Amino acid sequence: MSVNLTNRQVGDITVIDVAGRITLGEGSSALRDALRDLISKGQKKILLNLGDVSYIDSSGIGELVSGFTTVTNQGGQLKLLNLTKRVKDLLQITKLYTVFDVHDEESTAIRAYN
Amino acid sequence: MGPDTNGDVCTVEQVLDSTLESVDSAELLVIDLARTAGFGEDDLMGIGLAVRECLVNAVKHGNGFSPMKKVRFRVLQSPCRFRVTIGDEGAGFKLEDVPDPLAPENLMRGSGRGLFLIRAFMDEFSVRGLEPHGTEVTLVKVLGNGRPT
Repeated sequence: MSVNLTNRQVGDITVIDVAGRITLGEGSSALRDALRDLISKGQKKILLNLGDVSYIDSSGIGELVSGFTTVTNQGGQLKLLNLTKRVKDLLQITKLYTVFDVHDEESTAIRAYN
Repeated sequence: MGPDTNGDVCTVEQVLDSTLESVDSAELLVIDLARTAGFGEDDLMGIGLAVRECLVNAVKHGNGFSPMKKVRFRVLQSPCRFRVTIGDEGAGFKLEDVPDPLAPENLMRGSGRGLFLIRAFMDEFSVRGLEPHGTEVTLVKVLGNGRPT
Protein backbone atom coordinates (compact mmCIF):
# COMPACT_ATOMS: atom_id res chain seq x y z
CA MET A 1 0.00 0.00 0.00
CA SER A 2 1.56 3.28 -1.06
CA VAL A 3 -0.60 5.43 1.17
CA ASN A 4 -2.80 4.91 4.19
CA LEU A 5 -5.59 7.34 5.09
CA THR A 6 -7.38 7.24 8.44
CA ASN A 7 -10.27 9.54 9.30
CA ARG A 8 -11.09 10.66 12.80
CA GLN A 9 -13.51 13.24 14.11
CA VAL A 10 -12.54 16.12 16.41
CA GLY A 11 -15.75 18.00 17.09
CA ASP A 12 -17.14 19.03 13.71
CA ILE A 13 -13.74 18.70 12.05
CA THR A 14 -12.60 15.60 10.17
CA VAL A 15 -8.90 14.91 10.56
CA ILE A 16 -7.37 12.70 7.87
CA ASP A 17 -4.12 11.13 9.03
CA VAL A 18 -2.10 10.47 5.88
CA ALA A 19 0.83 8.05 5.94
CA GLY A 20 3.07 6.90 3.11
CA ARG A 21 3.52 8.14 -0.44
CA ILE A 22 1.30 10.59 -2.31
CA THR A 23 2.39 9.96 -5.88
CA LEU A 24 0.77 9.48 -9.27
CA GLY A 25 -1.47 6.44 -9.15
CA GLU A 26 -2.72 4.87 -5.96
CA GLY A 27 -1.57 7.57 -3.56
CA SER A 28 -3.05 10.53 -5.40
CA SER A 29 -6.24 8.65 -6.20
CA ALA A 30 -6.79 7.62 -2.59
CA LEU A 31 -6.43 11.20 -1.37
CA ARG A 32 -8.76 12.52 -4.09
CA ASP A 33 -11.39 9.87 -3.28
CA ALA A 34 -11.19 10.56 0.44
CA LEU A 35 -11.75 14.29 0.00
CA ARG A 36 -14.58 13.80 -2.50
CA ASP A 37 -16.25 11.33 -0.15
CA LEU A 38 -16.17 13.79 2.73
CA ILE A 39 -17.49 16.63 0.58
CA SER A 40 -20.30 14.44 -0.75
CA LYS A 41 -21.32 13.75 2.84
CA GLY A 42 -21.47 17.45 3.62
CA GLN A 43 -18.27 17.56 5.67
CA LYS A 44 -16.73 20.95 5.10
CA LYS A 45 -14.07 21.24 7.79
CA ILE A 46 -11.15 19.01 6.88
CA LEU A 47 -7.67 18.85 8.39
CA LEU A 48 -5.02 16.89 6.48
CA ASN A 49 -2.35 15.56 8.84
CA LEU A 50 0.68 14.98 6.59
CA GLY A 51 3.14 14.19 9.38
CA ASP A 52 3.75 10.63 8.18
CA VAL A 53 3.94 11.40 4.46
CA SER A 54 7.29 10.03 3.36
CA TYR A 55 7.16 11.15 -0.25
CA ILE A 56 5.15 13.44 -2.50
CA ASP A 57 5.56 14.16 -6.21
CA SER A 58 4.04 16.76 -8.53
CA SER A 59 0.90 14.67 -8.84
CA GLY A 60 0.52 14.63 -5.07
CA ILE A 61 1.08 18.36 -4.86
CA GLY A 62 -1.53 18.80 -7.57
CA GLU A 63 -3.93 16.69 -5.57
CA LEU A 64 -3.47 18.92 -2.52
CA VAL A 65 -4.20 21.97 -4.68
CA SER A 66 -7.24 20.37 -6.33
CA GLY A 67 -8.54 19.24 -2.96
CA PHE A 68 -8.12 22.71 -1.53
CA THR A 69 -10.00 24.22 -4.48
CA THR A 70 -12.79 21.65 -4.31
CA VAL A 71 -13.34 22.09 -0.59
CA THR A 72 -13.14 25.89 -0.79
CA ASN A 73 -15.61 26.01 -3.70
CA GLN A 74 -18.04 24.01 -1.60
CA GLY A 75 -17.81 26.60 1.15
CA GLY A 76 -15.52 24.45 3.25
CA GLN A 77 -12.05 24.79 4.76
CA LEU A 78 -9.08 22.50 4.10
CA LYS A 79 -6.04 23.02 6.32
CA LEU A 80 -2.70 21.22 6.51
CA LEU A 81 -1.01 19.86 9.64
CA ASN A 82 2.50 18.59 10.46
CA LEU A 83 4.29 19.07 7.16
CA THR A 84 7.52 17.13 6.84
CA LYS A 85 10.56 19.09 5.71
CA ARG A 86 10.28 17.49 2.30
CA VAL A 87 6.64 18.47 1.78
CA LYS A 88 7.23 21.95 3.19
CA ASP A 89 10.21 22.50 0.87
CA LEU A 90 8.22 21.43 -2.18
CA LEU A 91 5.29 23.68 -1.29
CA GLN A 92 7.68 26.58 -0.83
CA ILE A 93 9.49 25.93 -4.13
CA THR A 94 6.16 25.81 -5.96
CA LYS A 95 4.95 28.98 -4.17
CA LEU A 96 2.03 27.09 -2.68
CA TYR A 97 3.05 27.23 0.97
CA THR A 98 1.27 30.50 1.59
CA VAL A 99 -1.83 29.33 -0.31
CA PHE A 100 -2.57 26.78 2.40
CA ASP A 101 -3.31 27.38 6.05
CA VAL A 102 -0.50 25.31 7.57
CA HIS A 103 -0.19 24.36 11.25
CA ASP A 104 2.38 22.53 13.34
CA GLU A 105 0.06 21.76 16.26
CA GLU A 106 -3.26 19.99 15.93
CA SER A 107 -4.85 22.00 18.73
CA THR A 108 -3.92 25.24 17.01
CA ALA A 109 -5.23 23.98 13.70
CA ILE A 110 -8.54 22.95 15.27
CA ARG A 111 -8.98 26.39 16.83
CA ALA A 112 -8.31 28.03 13.46
CA TYR A 113 -11.58 26.79 11.94
CA ASN A 114 -14.48 29.24 11.87
CA MET B 1 31.67 -0.01 -22.10
CA GLY B 2 34.00 2.98 -22.61
CA PRO B 3 33.32 6.62 -21.85
CA ASP B 4 31.23 8.69 -24.27
CA THR B 5 32.24 12.06 -25.72
CA ASN B 6 31.46 13.71 -22.37
CA GLY B 7 33.73 11.28 -20.54
CA ASP B 8 30.73 9.61 -18.91
CA VAL B 9 30.50 5.84 -18.63
CA CYS B 10 27.12 4.18 -19.14
CA THR B 11 26.35 2.19 -15.98
CA VAL B 12 22.70 1.38 -16.73
CA GLU B 13 20.86 0.92 -20.00
CA GLN B 14 17.32 -0.45 -19.81
CA VAL B 15 14.21 -0.61 -21.94
CA LEU B 16 11.22 -0.09 -19.66
CA ASP B 17 7.52 -0.81 -20.02
CA SER B 18 5.28 2.25 -19.90
CA THR B 19 4.02 1.57 -16.39
CA LEU B 20 4.18 3.19 -12.97
CA GLU B 21 5.94 0.05 -11.71
CA SER B 22 8.78 0.83 -14.13
CA VAL B 23 8.92 4.35 -12.75
CA ASP B 24 9.19 3.09 -9.17
CA SER B 25 11.95 0.59 -9.91
CA ALA B 26 14.00 2.98 -12.06
CA GLU B 27 13.78 5.70 -9.44
CA LEU B 28 15.05 3.34 -6.73
CA LEU B 29 17.90 2.22 -8.99
CA VAL B 30 18.94 5.81 -9.68
CA ILE B 31 18.89 6.71 -6.00
CA ASP B 32 21.09 3.69 -5.18
CA LEU B 33 23.59 4.62 -7.90
CA ALA B 34 23.62 8.28 -6.87
CA ARG B 35 24.17 7.32 -3.23
CA THR B 36 27.09 5.12 -4.22
CA ALA B 37 28.44 7.99 -6.33
CA GLY B 38 28.62 10.12 -3.20
CA PHE B 39 25.59 12.39 -3.26
CA GLY B 40 24.09 13.45 0.07
CA GLU B 41 20.54 12.88 1.22
CA ASP B 42 19.15 16.23 -0.01
CA ASP B 43 20.61 15.66 -3.46
CA LEU B 44 19.34 12.07 -3.49
CA MET B 45 15.83 13.31 -2.77
CA GLY B 46 16.08 15.83 -5.58
CA ILE B 47 17.61 13.43 -8.10
CA GLY B 48 15.02 10.77 -7.30
CA LEU B 49 12.13 13.18 -7.64
CA ALA B 50 13.46 14.66 -10.88
CA VAL B 51 13.95 11.23 -12.42
CA ARG B 52 10.47 10.15 -11.25
CA GLU B 53 8.87 13.23 -12.79
CA CYS B 54 10.73 12.68 -16.04
CA LEU B 55 9.80 8.99 -16.19
CA VAL B 56 6.16 9.78 -15.42
CA ASN B 57 6.14 12.26 -18.29
CA ALA B 58 7.58 9.58 -20.57
CA VAL B 59 5.22 6.74 -19.65
CA LYS B 60 2.10 8.90 -19.22
CA HIS B 61 2.30 11.92 -21.53
CA GLY B 62 4.79 10.48 -24.03
CA ASN B 63 3.74 6.86 -24.36
CA GLY B 64 0.21 7.11 -22.93
CA PHE B 65 0.82 3.97 -20.83
CA SER B 66 0.79 2.00 -24.11
CA PRO B 67 2.04 -1.59 -23.74
CA MET B 68 3.38 -1.24 -27.29
CA LYS B 69 5.64 1.71 -26.44
CA LYS B 70 8.83 1.59 -24.41
CA VAL B 71 10.99 3.99 -22.45
CA ARG B 72 14.75 3.90 -22.96
CA PHE B 73 16.49 4.68 -19.69
CA ARG B 74 20.22 5.22 -19.27
CA VAL B 75 22.50 6.33 -16.46
CA LEU B 76 25.95 7.68 -17.37
CA GLN B 77 28.52 8.58 -14.78
CA SER B 78 31.89 10.20 -14.38
CA PRO B 79 33.65 11.06 -11.12
CA CYS B 80 31.91 14.45 -11.00
CA ARG B 81 28.79 14.07 -13.15
CA PHE B 82 25.66 11.98 -12.85
CA ARG B 83 23.62 11.93 -16.05
CA VAL B 84 20.29 10.27 -16.76
CA THR B 85 18.67 10.07 -20.17
CA ILE B 86 15.05 9.07 -20.67
CA GLY B 87 13.62 8.54 -24.12
CA ASP B 88 9.98 7.89 -25.03
CA GLU B 89 8.11 7.09 -28.23
CA GLY B 90 5.54 9.86 -27.97
CA ALA B 91 4.65 12.77 -30.21
CA GLY B 92 7.04 15.13 -28.43
CA PHE B 93 6.53 18.55 -26.92
CA LYS B 94 8.00 22.02 -27.02
CA LEU B 95 9.39 23.41 -23.79
CA GLU B 96 8.09 26.87 -24.68
CA ASP B 97 4.55 25.47 -24.78
CA VAL B 98 4.70 24.31 -21.16
CA PRO B 99 2.97 26.87 -18.91
CA ASP B 100 4.88 28.40 -16.01
CA PRO B 101 3.36 26.80 -12.88
CA LEU B 102 4.42 29.79 -10.77
CA ALA B 103 2.44 32.29 -12.84
CA PRO B 104 -0.54 33.57 -10.87
CA GLU B 105 -3.02 32.22 -13.42
CA ASN B 106 -1.48 28.73 -13.13
CA LEU B 107 -0.70 28.58 -9.43
CA MET B 108 -3.89 26.73 -8.49
CA ARG B 109 -3.81 24.25 -11.35
CA GLY B 110 -3.93 20.61 -10.35
CA SER B 111 -1.07 19.63 -12.65
CA GLY B 112 1.85 21.00 -14.64
CA ARG B 113 4.64 21.16 -12.03
CA GLY B 114 6.75 18.20 -13.15
CA LEU B 115 9.18 19.99 -15.47
CA PHE B 116 9.51 22.83 -13.01
CA LEU B 117 10.58 20.41 -10.27
CA ILE B 118 13.03 18.66 -12.59
CA ARG B 119 14.71 21.97 -13.33
CA ALA B 120 14.68 22.95 -9.67
CA PHE B 121 16.57 19.86 -8.54
CA MET B 122 18.96 19.16 -11.41
CA ASP B 123 21.93 21.20 -12.63
CA GLU B 124 21.27 20.64 -16.32
CA PHE B 125 18.13 19.75 -18.21
CA SER B 126 17.75 19.39 -21.96
CA VAL B 127 15.22 17.97 -24.40
CA ARG B 128 15.72 16.74 -27.94
CA GLY B 129 13.46 15.15 -30.50
CA LEU B 130 14.18 11.62 -31.66
CA GLU B 131 13.79 10.26 -35.20
CA PRO B 132 11.36 9.08 -36.41
CA HIS B 133 9.43 9.96 -33.28
CA GLY B 134 9.88 10.38 -29.57
CA THR B 135 11.63 12.64 -27.12
CA GLU B 136 14.81 12.22 -25.13
CA VAL B 137 15.32 14.18 -21.95
CA THR B 138 18.74 14.49 -20.32
CA LEU B 139 19.18 15.31 -16.64
CA VAL B 140 22.56 16.10 -15.09
CA LYS B 141 23.58 16.51 -11.48
CA VAL B 142 27.11 17.64 -10.70
CA LEU B 143 28.70 16.07 -7.65
CA GLY B 144 29.84 18.50 -5.00
CA ASN B 145 28.74 21.77 -6.56
CA GLY B 146 27.26 22.83 -3.25
CA ARG B 147 24.04 24.11 -4.73
CA PRO B 148 21.38 23.83 -2.06
CA THR B 149 18.43 21.62 -2.94
